[in-house]
Amino acid sequence: MSRERLFVKSTKQIFGVRGSLLFVRAIGGIRYGELVEVSLDGTSILGQVIDVSREAAVVQVFGSTTGVTPGKSIVRFYGETIKIAVSSDMLGRIFDGLARPIDGGPQVIPEEYLDIHGSALNPALRVPPSEPIETGISVIDGLLTLVRGQKLPIFSGSGLPHNRIAMQVVRQASVRGSEEKFVVVFGAVGVTYEEAAYFLRELRSMGALDRTVAFVAPASASTVEKLALPRVALTAAEFLAWNYDMHVLTILTDMTNYAESLREISAAREEVPGRRGYPGYMYTDLATIYERAGRVATRRGSMTIMPILTMPDDDITHPIPDLTGYITEGQIVLSRDMWRKGIYPPVDVFLSLSRLMKEGIGEGKTRGDHRELFAQLISSYAEAQYLRELSAIVGLESLTSRDKKYLEFGDLFERRFINQGERERRTFEQTLDTGWEVLSVLPEEELKQISPQTLKKYHVKYRLEVRTRSG
Amino acid sequence: MSSITGRIYRISGPLVVAEGLSGVMMYEVVRVGEEELIGEVIAIRGDRAYVQVYEETSGLTVGERVVATGRPLSAELGPGLIGSIYDGLQRPEKEIASRTGSIFIRRGVNVPSLRRDVKWGYERSRDVKPGDKVGPGDVIGFVSETPLVSHKVMVPPEISGYVKWLAEDGEYTIEDPVAVVASGDKEFEVRMYQLWPIRRPRPYAEKLNPVEPLITGIRVIDYVFPIAKGGKAAIPGGFGTGKTVALQEITKWSHADIAVFVGCGERGNEMSDALTSFMKLMDPRRGRPMMERSVFIANTSNMPVAARETSVFLGVTIGEYFRDMGYDVVMVADSTSRWAEAMREISGRMEEMPGEEGFPAYLSSRLAEFYERAGRVRTLGRPERYGSLTIFGAVSPPGGDFSEPVVRSTVRYVQCFYALDYGLATRRHFPAINWLLSYSLYIDFVRGYWDKLTSWSEYRETFLKILQREAELSDIVRLVGPEALPEEDKLTLEIARMIREDFLQQSALNPVDAYSSPEKGVMIAETIMEFYRMARRALAKGISVARVRELKSRSEIAQMKYYTSKQLSEGIFKKVLDDIKSDFRELLGE
Repeated sequence: MSRERLFVKSTKQIFGVRGSLLFVRAIGGIRYGELVEVSLDGTSILGQVIDVSREAAVVQVFGSTTGVTPGKSIVRFYGETIKIAVSSDMLGRIFDGLARPIDGGPQVIPEEYLDIHGSALNPALRVPPSEPIETGISVIDGLLTLVRGQKLPIFSGSGLPHNRIAMQVVRQASVRGSEEKFVVVFGAVGVTYEEAAYFLRELRSMGALDRTVAFVAPASASTVEKLALPRVALTAAEFLAWNYDMHVLTILTDMTNYAESLREISAAREEVPGRRGYPGYMYTDLATIYERAGRVATRRGSMTIMPILTMPDDDITHPIPDLTGYITEGQIVLSRDMWRKGIYPPVDVFLSLSRLMKEGIGEGKTRGDHRELFAQLISSYAEAQYLRELSAIVGLESLTSRDKKYLEFGDLFERRFINQGERERRTFEQTLDTGWEVLSVLPEEELKQISPQTLKKYHVKYRLEVRTRSG
Repeated sequence: MSSITGRIYRISGPLVVAEGLSGVMMYEVVRVGEEELIGEVIAIRGDRAYVQVYEETSGLTVGERVVATGRPLSAELGPGLIGSIYDGLQRPEKEIASRTGSIFIRRGVNVPSLRRDVKWGYERSRDVKPGDKVGPGDVIGFVSETPLVSHKVMVPPEISGYVKWLAEDGEYTIEDPVAVVASGDKEFEVRMYQLWPIRRPRPYAEKLNPVEPLITGIRVIDYVFPIAKGGKAAIPGGFGTGKTVALQEITKWSHADIAVFVGCGERGNEMSDALTSFMKLMDPRRGRPMMERSVFIANTSNMPVAARETSVFLGVTIGEYFRDMGYDVVMVADSTSRWAEAMREISGRMEEMPGEEGFPAYLSSRLAEFYERAGRVRTLGRPERYGSLTIFGAVSPPGGDFSEPVVRSTVRYVQCFYALDYGLATRRHFPAINWLLSYSLYIDFVRGYWDKLTSWSEYRETFLKILQREAELSDIVRLVGPEALPEEDKLTLEIARMIREDFLQQSALNPVDAYSSPEKGVMIAETIMEFYRMARRALAKGISVARVRELKSRSEIAQMKYYTSKQLSEGIFKKVLDDIKSDFRELLGE
């Protein structure tokens, strides 16, 4: 957005203002979708052509129309849609939602100007994602493994620690294989001053900043900036992934704010509203953001997206999480109950799912026992959960000793496996070993999902024996 | 061919209004702007034509030219369809990639749907000679398109006359004429391919009742809610209910000659997963890669919205074309909700009066147009042949709520309803087809087939009764606990559990269980019924359900699905039956 512009056309012929819409008498050559700038006394606001005919053009202004005076304010046409300057020098820098530096550093020298809307990846060239990303967080790496090219959102609620999880992922995430370049693109949409300050502080203090590009549009930013941010961040990410063969993880928070901005604009345009006032095209709009994730046969890099959204009222059937879930490949759901229990990260394992996990784990990917261990942890934890409910009805006394072991397992699983320090980074091996450790409180014959060979090789008991023998 | 040229009057998203196109017809294809974007006339009001543009319109300006092509949106049908991956406008995505060298699909690309440079081995039909009278649908030759598909070259639907010339066997491109048909003083060159408007159903001689089941390899469908060849089914389900996996399994294992998979507004990674597995997986009946009998249409959710509608109709048209050759075709559309949403968006821009939840009032009739193209037919032309097109449409209701307009309109036109259930999915019961909400209206049509194999009518009814009773009992169990029930009800619960876990549940990930032949389903059902009969006898003699539950043969039944149909019939089935008998004999002290 920093390029000097030669405005091709301008007019003063505004003949109507309604909400954020300006009606302009058409002049020749206005392009559908092009950017415009409306100058008021001393200031200017941006807008976009959303409808044009031979008589008139409708301009959507991104921001307030206060001060717009028909016949006086000048509307200038850019002649093109929103483009940003991209460069590999963006690494280590912090920008606003329109890619303007906000870290006090100089402008980036552009290698290319790219349309922020991007284009659809050719489905025939896509390759199914199959290599894991290590986030260093056990519950994700062990039970909801993220793979390169996946889009896996975090569904959170107000007051839950999603921002801290996001920062932990930014700090820790890596891919296996040292020759691979792994970078994080971080985008914050419509966050409060406090949240923005937290992100900026964390990012600056982080050693990881040199492999991070950050975009921040605070809540006070204009609607256009908030709507542009996810696409701006992904455009930068695509440039790094497809032009520089990097493995890029893009974290976008909080997409609920983005959806709110979308609704605001839709209402201003007086469109027929869909569910709960969100526009009918919200699915498509979100899909054009999230579908930018993927891998392709002819490039080495990859695009992975982890959007974070807060479910209004913790309701997973609300249009925002609902439509997101239809687009993304699974979801990580945070639970208020777990958070109240003091578990961090408070993930609800049963509501969460990583659809592409099965391709990304196992021998040569994470470790040979991962699949079986995963199945066993989930089924044992489900049993523990069931027995917890049962004991609430019938009382602890009427449970068998086997049942009590399960209750013990349930607690241990939450406190030792799911729960972990915000600065604690666990490798895949450490995560899986912790899994075996908590499983060891259960009798061996209860581990039905695990084959005898795997059990002999990885179960804590046998490994101790090996160690004692060799030591 | 007309060459009417107009000018853009207005642009609003994918809707472009053009002036000066008088004489243009409804649904005619027009080329919009300097980049010649593809559009279709969807309304004409006075001098103005409303054009739905199938590509991104940003950057267009008022006054750019709009050229009418004189023909409606049509599919190219001929050798080369099989194994292709098309977008919603039948542009071949692999070709686009190699021609543009880009990883993206950019607008304005113009690549023919079928390759013109490939030479196909053509063999002429020995039944047709010069001088013969031929009509629509008559087969004049064959192309071995893949080892699985013999592509029949047919006289196009609107042509008839005397054969003036026939090409000899040899190598031809699809542009080379293979026959000349003369009618009066007019001559028509028959090529290996033909064009057909995608919105118009292809003609046939006679529509027939669907009497033969389409085996899908999925037990809950085949055995409990069967679908017939030529049938139509809807699969609604919220996200995470396993809809896409279910549809992929149907496409893979169905006893169909040709499969058309339409990914309409869905995930790109899933599409690529399907493509990869179709290349790797072998057709169990013929031992060749599934790709050799499949056509893919991939219009992912981030591709132009308006092309979702065309992707669905394109898929049906390709399906009908292979049906006309006398093949059984299965077509899967994932998901029709995305298509309906596209209709809603366009309708809003046309400022039409909205119906429910903003969907246009014609949503229902558009869905009908789609599903009604399914069917089993006697085709046009000689030799006499029968073909079928079976349609499975996925529906993705918001919030998993089946009372929304797309599900409600769809149920009026389909005969099978496979309701995917979120509760089942979270309990990892897959395929998560809810047996209380789902139905099939083909039961009476396929009864003949199944009852020849087994006492299907009786068993199926018993299964459903037990499952229904389980649902009633579950409320009571929640209040008083299972132990307070009378023994008979406890047995019902136990058998219901066996039906659910050992019969209905089927793992798409297990290479053996993924496909279940009708014979295999019959054998598992038979053992469960045998167990049930014996258990009832035992109960009558005062044996408790707790003891029945512990019988060894019970877990043998559970293992049956992990054997192939062949292994079962060559011994295991008989052994399980024998073990059941001896277990109960022992229990009763006989």
